[in-house]
Amino acid sequence: MLIFTACGRKQAGGGGEAATERPATPATQSVDPDTVGAITGKVRFEGQRPKPATIHMDQDPFCAAKQGQPVFAEDGAVNPDGSLPNVFIYVQSGADQYTFPTPSGPVTLDQDGCIYRPHVLGLMVGQTLRIVSSDATTHNIHALTRANREWNESQLPGAAPIDRVFAHAEVMIPIQCNEHPWMKAYVGVVKTPFFAVTGDDGAYTLRGLPPGEYTVGAWTSRFGAQHEVVTVTPHSSATLDFSFKPGGVS
Amino acid sequence: MAALAVALVLILLTAISAGLFWGHAGWLPVDTSAHGPGVDHELNLTLLITGLLFGAAQLGLAYAVWKYRERGDGRKAAGGRGNGRLEAVWTLAVAALFVGLIFTGYGVWAQMYLSPAPAGALRIDVQGEQFAYSFRYPGPDGRFGPIHADKIDDAGGNPWGLDRDRDADSKDDVVTATLGIPVGRPVELLLRSRDVGHSFDVRELRIQQDMLPGVEIPVHFTATRSGQYEIICTQLCGLGHYRMRAFLRVLPEADFEEWLAEQASAQ
Amino acid sequence: MAEPRAAAPLHSQAANGFLRKYVFSTDHKVIGKQYFFLALFSVFVGMILSWLMRIHLAWPKTHIPGLGVLSSAGAPGNVMTPEYYLSLLTLHGTLMIFFVLTTVPQNGLGNFFLPLQIGAREMAFPRLNMLSFWIACASLAVLLSTLFITDGPPISGWTAYPPLSAVGTAAGPGEGLGQTLWILSIAIFCIGSLLGSINFIATTLDLRTSGMDLTRLPLTCWAWFITAVMSLLSFAVLLGACVMLLLDRLGHTTFFVPGGLVLNDYVISPSSAGGSPLLWQHLFWFFGHPEVYIAILPGMGIVSHVLACFSRRPVFGYKSMVLALGVIGFLSFTVWGHHMFVSGMSPYAGLAFSALTMVIAVPSALKTFNWLATIWRGTLRLTTAMLFSIGFVSLFVAGGLTGLFLADPAVDAYLHATYFVVGHFHLVMGAAALFAVFSGTYFWAPKLFGRMLDERLGQIHFWITLGGVYCIFMPMYFMGLEGAPRRYSEFTDRFLVPLAPFNRFMTIAALITGAAQVIFMFNLIWSIFRGRKATENPWEATSLEWSGNLGARPPVVYRGPYEYSVPGEAEDYIMQDFPKVAKS
Repeated sequence: MLIFTACGRKQAGGGGEAATERPATPATQSVDPDTVGAITGKVRFEGQRPKPATIHMDQDPFCAAKQGQPVFAEDGAVNPDGSLPNVFIYVQSGADQYTFPTPSGPVTLDQDGCIYRPHVLGLMVGQTLRIVSSDATTHNIHALTRANREWNESQLPGAAPIDRVFAHAEVMIPIQCNEHPWMKAYVGVVKTPFFAVTGDDGAYTLRGLPPGEYTVGAWTSRFGAQHEVVTVTPHSSATLDFSFKPGGVS
Repeated sequence: MAALAVALVLILLTAISAGLFWGHAGWLPVDTSAHGPGVDHELNLTLLITGLLFGAAQLGLAYAVWKYRERGDGRKAAGGRGNGRLEAVWTLAVAALFVGLIFTGYGVWAQMYLSPAPAGALRIDVQGEQFAYSFRYPGPDGRFGPIHADKIDDAGGNPWGLDRDRDADSKDDVVTATLGIPVGRPVELLLRSRDVGHSFDVRELRIQQDMLPGVEIPVHFTATRSGQYEIICTQLCGLGHYRMRAFLRVLPEADFEEWLAEQASAQ
Repeated sequence: MAEPRAAAPLHSQAANGFLRKYVFSTDHKVIGKQYFFLALFSVFVGMILSWLMRIHLAWPKTHIPGLGVLSSAGAPGNVMTPEYYLSLLTLHGTLMIFFVLTTVPQNGLGNFFLPLQIGAREMAFPRLNMLSFWIACASLAVLLSTLFITDGPPISGWTAYPPLSAVGTAAGPGEGLGQTLWILSIAIFCIGSLLGSINFIATTLDLRTSGMDLTRLPLTCWAWFITAVMSLLSFAVLLGACVMLLLDRLGHTTFFVPGGLVLNDYVISPSSAGGSPLLWQHLFWFFGHPEVYIAILPGMGIVSHVLACFSRRPVFGYKSMVLALGVIGFLSFTVWGHHMFVSGMSPYAGLAFSALTMVIAVPSALKTFNWLATIWRGTLRLTTAMLFSIGFVSLFVAGGLTGLFLADPAVDAYLHATYFVVGHFHLVMGAAALFAVFSGTYFWAPKLFGRMLDERLGQIHFWITLGGVYCIFMPMYFMGLEGAPRRYSEFTDRFLVPLAPFNRFMTIAALITGAAQVIFMFNLIWSIFRGRKATENPWEATSLEWSGNLGARPPVVYRGPYEYSVPGEAEDYIMQDFPKVAKS
């Protein structure tokens, strides 16, 4: 095990990997919208559905009162139908020659009832991450980055949103609230707009991909990460499913 | 004029300070531990002694400033250079007083720290982290399961890094975020920290003990009054230091057992 | 040194040019003033930081106009964040302890007056003296630079306990570059202090003029000398500790980092690390407790000196006063553990440290007794300098006595890390020490600046400051008895919320007291340029700095330092260099 000190380099959660910035072919081409295809699929969990772990919010009565009912951990949770939520699906490579405009709108991460909403999110390099708080309690937002600059700031109730931009691709950046240590979110910063997060049904779709061969990554916080190669042809939808096992963390 | 002002201000400051300290009984929080009255007694004794010395020094100063001010009447200051006997008497008296105070304090300290917890004390593990406390009861087997640093996972609901699937001792450990204890029964806490220095401070229990990473520090006490109190961190631990807190619930024995069973079922 | 007096240059170097005369000067008087103004700058910065903290404590989440300009991350929308509060707290403590309380009573006033009082032309090593000052400046620059880096100043307080201070940004904002710079600044400061203390020791031992026996040294010189010895022994330890902490951060040495630390759910130290956070606490307080006396001992010397002069009385019990200084100096190295009763140190060690701490209170009590005895049966001239010395005695009692609570481990287990401690050390080593410095400044202004400070402004300054200091720090004792913990940026716990009125009262008192210091600043600057010109010995004092005998020959000393109201003499003071006349 390594000791990480002053510069604060850390292992990313659950065996995720920093997206490599390899010098590929210069990104000059733009996508021709007439020839694009899509990738769609589902993420399953093989094995017995683990018992959901309870989150104890006793220390901050505000949180417990706002939630009003028992709260269970989202990390490691499996949907009742055996599919996996909160899997980050993204194109790892194959789109390096294209340029993509950076979306002008921000992606919002909300702190609501001392839980991050959403739990997992993606955004593009250069796109704004807007952190808002719907809570009348103080949070701190600690971005545990490796490739990007680490930051850690308190957000008092009623304070203005905190806007941050990530300069480098990084999958995934854990976001931690130390005031409420159970609070964690994961942010995937990628160079392409081809990313998605699975929900209640474990399904995802990546749209608007130019024809070609892609490596698609699937990241989970507790069951490890996988990648598969898939070919996209124009006007069609390629299918790519993933399957994770318990204790898949490498 | 200035002399009178100095004297009056010093008397005023002394009177106000003494008055506020005199009424301090209302300042000290309610005492809920078996050893607490000893601490309070020691504190009051110190307060009495320092209060008398404080008053004597301030009023003596006030008197001297007023009495010996230069009045322009040609009075010359006395030329004495000291009085060895007087100094020796004063020094010895003060030394006896201070050292005596220490020996009375030793008794209370010994009760808190130099004697082991009584047999049959309820053992509870306490962990500090940025910025929360977590508590662990050994469950029916009376044994705590091993802690695996690499399995610590707050977001996954596992602040202690327990491996309940592999470690038999961990299976029945009860992890809580509130410290529940029975009233009238000795309790031994094993304090530890997993990141930086923290502390365990309950003013009503008259207990304050740092929690240090790398070591396990035992403290023991018996709560004498049921109720809910706040456990706070008094060792600077980072940006959330001021909000690092947990609740202490001192419950009648039956209520405690019920509470613990409830917590166990929610594991 | 065979002929020590020959080693000192006969005259201060002829000044060639402004730079040589006022900036890179080797003249002890210029260096003394440089230290004085360095500390004056630091104390004002430190005071403004305390205002910001106090305003935040009294009215949490309030807008403090302009704070966002100082740090956009630390005060978004001009509202102070908890981490910025801790950053300011760290800077306030560091500035006040190192750059004010260590700097002005010893290096500032000591540099100027030690050679004058012992009849020396210069400090023993003038160039080293200049170097010490510029090292202190470098240290201050490094410290203040943390205000302007992205991450801000460290949040670990002036005590910088590891692992918080040792593991980098994982532990919090400011714990990256800010903490590294802080340690660097303190390490640099240690070097400057070590060089300075060597200079003080050599000067006192070797450069005393003819007849200036050790028993004829003014108590100020004794205090400076003993303080220098303490600095030499304690700053060396802090320097070593800083180097180790720096290595922990930059070289992953784990002197202070135990194994298996988990931050943000990541294991950040190998289980074999084996370092001890307590080791830092021992090293730090081995420095830290002598440091408390380093701050106050010179003040004790100044107050003894001033009380005698304005009481027109010899210092009561000169020899026991010297002995008390020595005993305090020695014992101060044996009591550090009283900062650590609840740290996890062996409770048996607590017993020993507790007893030694009670013992060190005895010489302090003797000194207080002797100060009272000095003014007893005197004829008191209540100048501003005298008032501040009387104020010192009052504050020293008010702050010092509460040390008895904290020396008792059982009571300390309740009061440790509460506002009781904050009130205690602010009164005894902050306010009292600064009262001694004010006293010294009003007393010695004629020598420092050739002008008298304005007495009327001085008296206003004194009255507001005395009342203000009591109003700021006395309530802290009561908050401490309530169990209110220090270093909290806001009182959110249920039992703390009712204490809000205390905080507001103390904040208002702090703002008023701070404003009174502007009166002092005005008085100082105005008097330096426009004040009444001082005569050679305006206070009719006895020690050599007033003798004006600074001609080609060193003065010769014939008597002790406090020959006031000698029976049978016409004048009520006899200067140290006044020759003994055989009575006919």
